[in-house]
Amino acid sequence: MADFPSGPIQRVEGRALVVAGEDIDTDRIIPARFLKCVSFDALGEQAFADDRKELEGAHPFDQPQFQGASILVVNGNFGCGSSREHAPQALMRWGIRAVVGVSFAEIFFGNCLALGIPCTTAAPDQVLSIQAAIQADPSRAWTLDLEVMKFSAEGESWTVSLADGPGEMLRSGRWDATSQLLANGPQVDALMEHMPYLNGFRPAI
Amino acid sequence: MSSGTLYDKVWDLHRVTDLPGGSTQLFVGLHLIHEVTSPQAFAALRDKGLTVRCPERTVATVDHIVPTISQQRPFEDPLAEEMLSTLERNCAEHGIVLNGLGSGRQGIVHVIAPELGLTQPGMTVACGDSHTSTHGAFGAIAFGIGTSQVRDVLASQSLAMNKLKVRRIQVNGQLTEGVSAKDLVLHVIRTLGVKGGVGYAYEFAGPAIEVLSMEERMTLCNMAIEGGARCGYVNPDQITFDYLNGRVHAPSGDDWDRAVTWWSSLASDADAVVDDEVVFDASAIAPTVTWGITPGQGLGIDESIPMPESLEVGERPMAEEAYKYMDLQPGTPIAGVPVDVCFIGSCTNGRLSDLRAAAAVARGRQVADGIRAFVVPGSEQVAKAAEEEGLDQVFRAAGFEWREPGCSMCLAMNPDRLEGRQISASSSNRNFKGRQGSASGRTLLMSPAMVAAAAVHGRVTDVRSLSLQPDL
Ligand code: SF4
Repeated sequence: MADFPSGPIQRVEGRALVVAGEDIDTDRIIPARFLKCVSFDALGEQAFADDRKELEGAHPFDQPQFQGASILVVNGNFGCGSSREHAPQALMRWGIRAVVGVSFAEIFFGNCLALGIPCTTAAPDQVLSIQAAIQADPSRAWTLDLEVMKFSAEGESWTVSLADGPGEMLRSGRWDATSQLLANGPQVDALMEHMPYLNGFRPAI
Repeated sequence: MSSGTLYDKVWDLHRVTDLPGGSTQLFVGLHLIHEVTSPQAFAALRDKGLTVRCPERTVATVDHIVPTISQQRPFEDPLAEEMLSTLERNCAEHGIVLNGLGSGRQGIVHVIAPELGLTQPGMTVACGDSHTSTHGAFGAIAFGIGTSQVRDVLASQSLAMNKLKVRRIQVNGQLTEGVSAKDLVLHVIRTLGVKGGVGYAYEFAGPAIEVLSMEERMTLCNMAIEGGARCGYVNPDQITFDYLNGRVHAPSGDDWDRAVTWWSSLASDADAVVDDEVVFDASAIAPTVTWGITPGQGLGIDESIPMPESLEVGERPMAEEAYKYMDLQPGTPIAGVPVDVCFIGSCTNGRLSDLRAAAAVARGRQVADGIRAFVVPGSEQVAKAAEEEGLDQVFRAAGFEWREPGCSMCLAMNPDRLEGRQISASSSNRNFKGRQGSASGRTLLMSPAMVAAAAVHGRVTDVRSLSLQPDL
């Protein structure tokens, strides 16, 4: 599996897959019984567990032609329901690095952003034509370009949207709260040098 | 905007820098971790190839999942065992002190950090648990954080935060006999609502607060979060210093004198500006009990379950839900409501003074027929001190079970649970639907003395109606 997202994200490249349907909630993305866990590691295998079981191998997450895909294309209100951080974790650990859809639940969108996974949108008819193109040839290589806001494969291209704030955070690498905090390490050092309770309670200078 | 309060001073002192997006990077002076919210954070560090920035500012214990009858390893529940062994591995790998079972220092995270002298005035304290507000009792700024913030604090000893507003909860007068800090805070939450404190830090101040012991102040600050305030605090004073003096991690020698001078300087200035102030009269507060499904649905012991028309329109839907779930009719006096289970413990009321208050009621009495009653000390130190005083014997003689330390029936992550529709009298902090482990279980929150009174009568009872024999 490719490394997890890090640093600035200008584009995501790879094969794509479709999980069709309106209002797919986080309980379908990762059923509640998988939440009691000590790490997120196993979540990739458990993504869409119930849907996959029901479809006995015919779910796109199980179909051989979609293994290794990294861009997920969905329909409306994807990721609604409980706020669980586990849902984008499960998708990321399965291999997803970007999502294209008609619309996303707000918390799901935010949780994805915090992992460096862009959730971009396009109009319903546009999304349907993207989905048709993917189904017609699962082996096509796609690029989601966040600089020009296009989702494209050779010869074909669709315009996608992402609000300026999140877009800028992804492009500049500022989506990663931990890296932001770590970048200011020297200031943390300086502060610790003068923190009274770390220095025998000598008055702060 | 507030200025000159303890909150402002501690905030300014810990401010690393302003972050793009408007939040502030805040240094964390003490990071407390436990088995439930830390494993995924450690896993995230590993994924990113990061390490723990300040292992010496990070302290661990195990509390939520430990059984309280037998703490023999491996635990019967394999998932609980996995959670603890994961914590042990993570602490060993990163050089973090784990106050484990049998160390003499294990217990509920919000009980052990103060008793070890780790929590001190002027610190920022963070922990992946909402009741971290407890530590504000020392004049620290202490708040609960989520798993991704636990990761951030492990990695950088700091986190992104927005500054809160400050509301002073000014409590005039004095609490009367039989009325405790728990009653006071239930009264505050009942008055201001469970969302009333959102966006605020609560400064508890005034004559009634100044005389409270540290353990009572902890009870008070512990439940600030139930009123929506992410942190609550009390300005440090001589009572704070006396509590800390001589504790394992408290400063000593010359450091001690300098510490006291510095700590004293942190208290809110006489002319400090707060964003809001609400005044209470302590002498008017009765023992308070919740009847519903939020900590804000509280009643004085001499009151009755409210009629819907007596409530503000916005409160009615929650009340309707509560009548149904609790199976309590509007107009029923809260005193006399029968209970099935009585639980004394938790980070709200599992400290020595809490057990003493409950024992004073239990002494020479018997738990009523058909009632299951148990006492769970908040830590190994509390258990030891209580046993040295013979409190365990008092409880046992009265028909209470005496357990090993842990979170126990405060929440449903260990074997201690309500069954079916059982109703508990509980000294814990949350009465949400299903909180105590049964999807239809019901919880009445109250002080430990009131729980003991309910245990001996089998129903909610005004503790002030019982004679106490504290020294018999
Ligand atoms: S006693 Fe209850 S509220 Fe306190 S830390 Fe344990 S589970 Fe959380």
